[in-house]
Amino acid sequence: MEKMEYLVAPAHYAFFGVVPGWLLSLLYLVAGLAIFAWVMWKRLAPLLAAKPDPTRLRDLPARARNVVSVWLCQVRQPRYLVAGLLHIVIFFGFLILAIRTCSLTVVGIFPDFALPGFAPDHAVGAAYNVVKDYTATAVFVACAIAAVRRGIVRPARYAVPPQYGHDHTAEAVFVLAIIMGLMLTESLFEGVLVSAGEPAFLAPATLAWCFAKAFASAPKGVLQYLHLGAYYAHETLFFFFLNFLPMGKHFHVITSFFNVLFMRVTRGNVKPVAYGVTAQGLDELPSLGVKKLEDFTWKHMLDFYSCADCGRCSDQCPANLVGRPLSPRFISIKGRDLMFRNYPVTKAAAASGEALVGSVYNADEIWSCTTCGACERECPIGIEYIDKIVDLRRGLVDDGEVPQTLQKPLQAIGKRGNPWGKMEKKRADWTRDAAFFGEREVKTMEDGETGELLYFVDSITSYDDRMVEIAKCSARILDACGEDFFVIGKDEKDSGNEVLRFGEEMLYQDLQRHNTETIKESGAKRIVASDPHAYNALKNDYAELDLPVEHISQVIARHIRSGKIKLKPVEDPGKVYTYHDPCYLGRHNDLYDDPRAAIEAIPGIRTVEMAKKRDRSLCCSGGGLMLFHEPHEKERMAVIRVKMAAEAGANVIVCACPFCMVNMEDAIKVAGLDGQLEAIELTELVSRHLQ
Amino acid sequence: MEILVCVKRVPDTAENEFVMNSAGNDIERDDLVYSVNEWDNYAVEEAIQIVEKVGGSVTVVTAADADADEILRREMAMGAENGLLLNDDAFVGSDCKGIAHILKGAVGKGNYDLILTGAQADEGSGAVGGMLAAMLDLPYASLVNRVEVGDGKLTVGREIEGGRREINEITLPCVLSIQTGINEPRYVGVRGIRKVASVEIPALGAAELGIDASCVGAKGAAVRKLDYFVPVKGAGAEMLAGSAEEIADKLVEILKTNGGIS
Amino acid sequence: MAQVFAYLTHSNGVLDDAALELATAAKAISSSPATAIVAGHGVDAVAASAASIFEKVIKVDHAALSYPNAEVVRKALVAVIPQGSVVLFAHSTFSMDCAPGLSIKLGASFVADIVGIEGVEGSSLKVVRQELGGEVSTHVDVDISAGSVVAVRPGTFAPDEGKGAQGSVTDRSADLGDLSCERKFIEVQTPEAGDVDITKAEILISIGRGIEDEENIQLAMELKEAIGKGAEVSCSRPIVDAKWLEATRQVGTSGCTVKPKVYLACGISGSFQHMGGIKGGYIVAINKNPNAPIFQVADVGVVANIVEFLPVLTEKIASL
Repeated sequence: MEKMEYLVAPAHYAFFGVVPGWLLSLLYLVAGLAIFAWVMWKRLAPLLAAKPDPTRLRDLPARARNVVSVWLCQVRQPRYLVAGLLHIVIFFGFLILAIRTCSLTVVGIFPDFALPGFAPDHAVGAAYNVVKDYTATAVFVACAIAAVRRGIVRPARYAVPPQYGHDHTAEAVFVLAIIMGLMLTESLFEGVLVSAGEPAFLAPATLAWCFAKAFASAPKGVLQYLHLGAYYAHETLFFFFLNFLPMGKHFHVITSFFNVLFMRVTRGNVKPVAYGVTAQGLDELPSLGVKKLEDFTWKHMLDFYSCADCGRCSDQCPANLVGRPLSPRFISIKGRDLMFRNYPVTKAAAASGEALVGSVYNADEIWSCTTCGACERECPIGIEYIDKIVDLRRGLVDDGEVPQTLQKPLQAIGKRGNPWGKMEKKRADWTRDAAFFGEREVKTMEDGETGELLYFVDSITSYDDRMVEIAKCSARILDACGEDFFVIGKDEKDSGNEVLRFGEEMLYQDLQRHNTETIKESGAKRIVASDPHAYNALKNDYAELDLPVEHISQVIARHIRSGKIKLKPVEDPGKVYTYHDPCYLGRHNDLYDDPRAAIEAIPGIRTVEMAKKRDRSLCCSGGGLMLFHEPHEKERMAVIRVKMAAEAGANVIVCACPFCMVNMEDAIKVAGLDGQLEAIELTELVSRHLQ
Repeated sequence: MEILVCVKRVPDTAENEFVMNSAGNDIERDDLVYSVNEWDNYAVEEAIQIVEKVGGSVTVVTAADADADEILRREMAMGAENGLLLNDDAFVGSDCKGIAHILKGAVGKGNYDLILTGAQADEGSGAVGGMLAAMLDLPYASLVNRVEVGDGKLTVGREIEGGRREINEITLPCVLSIQTGINEPRYVGVRGIRKVASVEIPALGAAELGIDASCVGAKGAAVRKLDYFVPVKGAGAEMLAGSAEEIADKLVEILKTNGGIS
Repeated sequence: MAQVFAYLTHSNGVLDDAALELATAAKAISSSPATAIVAGHGVDAVAASAASIFEKVIKVDHAALSYPNAEVVRKALVAVIPQGSVVLFAHSTFSMDCAPGLSIKLGASFVADIVGIEGVEGSSLKVVRQELGGEVSTHVDVDISAGSVVAVRPGTFAPDEGKGAQGSVTDRSADLGDLSCERKFIEVQTPEAGDVDITKAEILISIGRGIEDEENIQLAMELKEAIGKGAEVSCSRPIVDAKWLEATRQVGTSGCTVKPKVYLACGISGSFQHMGGIKGGYIVAINKNPNAPIFQVADVGVVANIVEFLPVLTEKIASL
């Protein structure tokens, strides 16, 4: 039976009396998709010119999990509650309405078109129609709220500091307006049909339902125009929107799926200089690191495309917080702007080959990063920063452009294996300290004594007068645990965790090779480190080393669980302790609970958590080479951190990293919190409470 | 501009602890690490920057044993085009004048517009540049912390007392000794050094340089080191006691003796 | 016995203090009286004050010597100093410019920056020098048979306290000959006030958290003013963090590396990071905490609150 037409469908309408609507709709569809294909092809060009990265197709199960959790379930979004929930509404709205939008483009040609199973007389189709009307309404409301937030409330993290270019509010509000327009036109198209008498069911309180009610008494001629107008307005907006997305920050609507699919699936490691090039082959490369745009990998370029300008990375970035000249968000945005500039849609691509540092980025910006990983942990679509920073640093090192403050420690590491240039033979001096030596004898490889467990001490804990306490306490704890352990002594060199992250790849390779050979030679079966930086390097960076590596907190927690070590009641029950998560234990290695378990195992200890904890812990300003490099900043990170500890009501801040200790102890003095707050290292705390 | 930079391999003061050997006549050298003399490194950077501006090439030269090859390569990794090792048994034990004599031989082998040295090295004499200039009858300026290239001449700034700078015009060719801080020397990474690892560095002896062996080496040295010793330093500070007035008096004496106030 | 000459520097018509020290050094080399040399233009007064220290003074006066351009001075000295003499300089930026070349032109040996004279035996002069940034000392034998040019580190010889000499001034300006040279002095640039360079200071008054309050920075500034030339105020990191002093004054691994003659550590605990920036010099530590690690590395220690102690010290120095 021929279906009754209450209003003439767009496909059947003859514009100017002659042009059939179906033809117009077909033109819309063909032109819209053709332009979109062209734009995407142009956008693909720089990715094709980029460096390869074969690892992005490996470990597919983990990638599938990321797509499900990070992309589909939006698990990172609610970390910022209001913006996150609004985004979730809009995101799911897009997913649901994608079906309706696709069928609408065809409805203009074949008026009764419906995707298989989605015909209105079908149960699924009928249910879908109800759901999509509520979805459109919800998206409309969410966009309205979002527009008010961005345009009027203006949360601080969206602001663009003058050095980073112009404000992005207009673009954001414009796009929200388009989305709202799409919702309105779709609902109007639907609603006026019911006004005209079509006996379709409209879900109450939806936009379409409102339109149907509002125009219930409108003359049919008006309804006809509204119906047609709404349809073509919707199609115009849709195809404009589709082709506008790749022009700016809303490109993420298209790219985020891929960005999450290809995001980092390992943590704590740094990408190699070039994939498929061995350490020996590095010497033959004409250039090292990223110097020009095309030196980035395609995934890192995809990151630039995908940045939604949400500002969460920079909001969590400690460097940005203290006023260093680094804001990760603008690493992406400046990168994307350059890609758009060098690979335009309307003109031929022109790879400029210009050096990134000095034009798009500046050297201070690149040297400001502590590699704490807060930005990457926060990004809702898996954009990476550390590897880019390290690659840019590799390029600077290759060109000799290293800050003077870093040249000396790097040179000292090269010559002496530690950044202070202390003599190798003094590396195990702490084991020979008379007071300590009387207490126990630590086996050293330099004296020909080894064992099953290697305690890798690393530079600061070996040489710094204050931090050798950590080495001594670690030795005491390992002894109490009944571990047969030894240290290397003079043949241990710096783990190179920071050397690698500061871009001196070849020096890092030397350190890694030397330490790996020495460790293998020692016959150790397991490794423990008290320095999270050493732990991270040995565990995640040392490719040739396949021994299990633990942090001392894991050993402590395990032996507390097993009952091997017991702790005495807390010495000072009046004090309140708080634990500061070191970046290289927490964010980079997911070790949050073992250190806490070790602290909580002290009977009677009172603890509190700071406002920023676990994967949102605030970096203390970094370890290793960062101690030597002090970028211009308004306040020290550690000062903010110790104030946070004081605000939480703590008297003792427990660190699990020698560099955190250096920074916290200094910061307590600077913040004027002496007497009120003290810093203690986890191993010191545990050692003091050993039974 | 063709520039010759004279460099020296020295024990790195930042990365060594100096103790006497068991015989007590020298420092214990087994555990020392060596690097290019810091002042020389600034001189090489300055030479490279000049060449980057006006063209030409930089040659680094050292009068030492074959171990000094490593610092020549390091400076070549920085951007010096050529290296030159002046090595002969007859050179062993040379004093500053002997070294200047050897370097003079090397200058004669090339056609240099500008010769740079570091303002001083590990021995702290700061003598070789001035001696070399006098031997060559070339004008000389020491402690240079600014160089501007002009037509057939340079405008140089010398660092003098009180943070002041003495500006001179000096005709080319000339010899300058370079003070630290004149520039920011570029970093030389492990990779850079490996790149020049197999470059041939010519080694010249007394015969090739046309040097009378009696002017150089221990025989030709008028200045000879007899021994090394470390001034005795007690463990920890000597604690001053007494009233604030008395202690202040003692500190004034210390400032007079050690700080040169009057 | 070689004849000893002492080249005396002067500025603004006043003889530099090192002249008295050179007189002492000259006596350690030879018992026969040394001859002072004063070069310049219109330097009668300078020559006269030299004559109150040395028995014999040679004056060379020439317009080309109105600024001590080392290349010109060298020519003048070659004209008046006989071969085989021992010529003393105060080790300075001038001696580094002039003395090595002079030794070549005189055919003499050269030794710079000596900190002691052990004596002369025949043609052998035995001196003490420092190497490796002062980390080690050496005894050096200098052959003076063909003469020698010797630069003496200021402050290492006590000023000559002998009775005022009634020296005679000989004007040898007529012997100068051609003084033209290929290096032309243009001007001396003085750094702008406020442009602090602590790495060049000879005495550093370095303050740490023990200064307690921003207002107390003034106490260190007053001490600096009292000491005068060569003194500067530096600090440890917390002071810069508190923005009490500019970052250019910070000593430490993340700040400047300094090597003053005297380092007055006031209220500085002596952290690893801070001490890494001190590469020599006599360290005086003033700290109210007797267990401060700075006392382990200092030469002299004072247990005192610097806020109370600095004004006492300032007053003593001001009354010198």
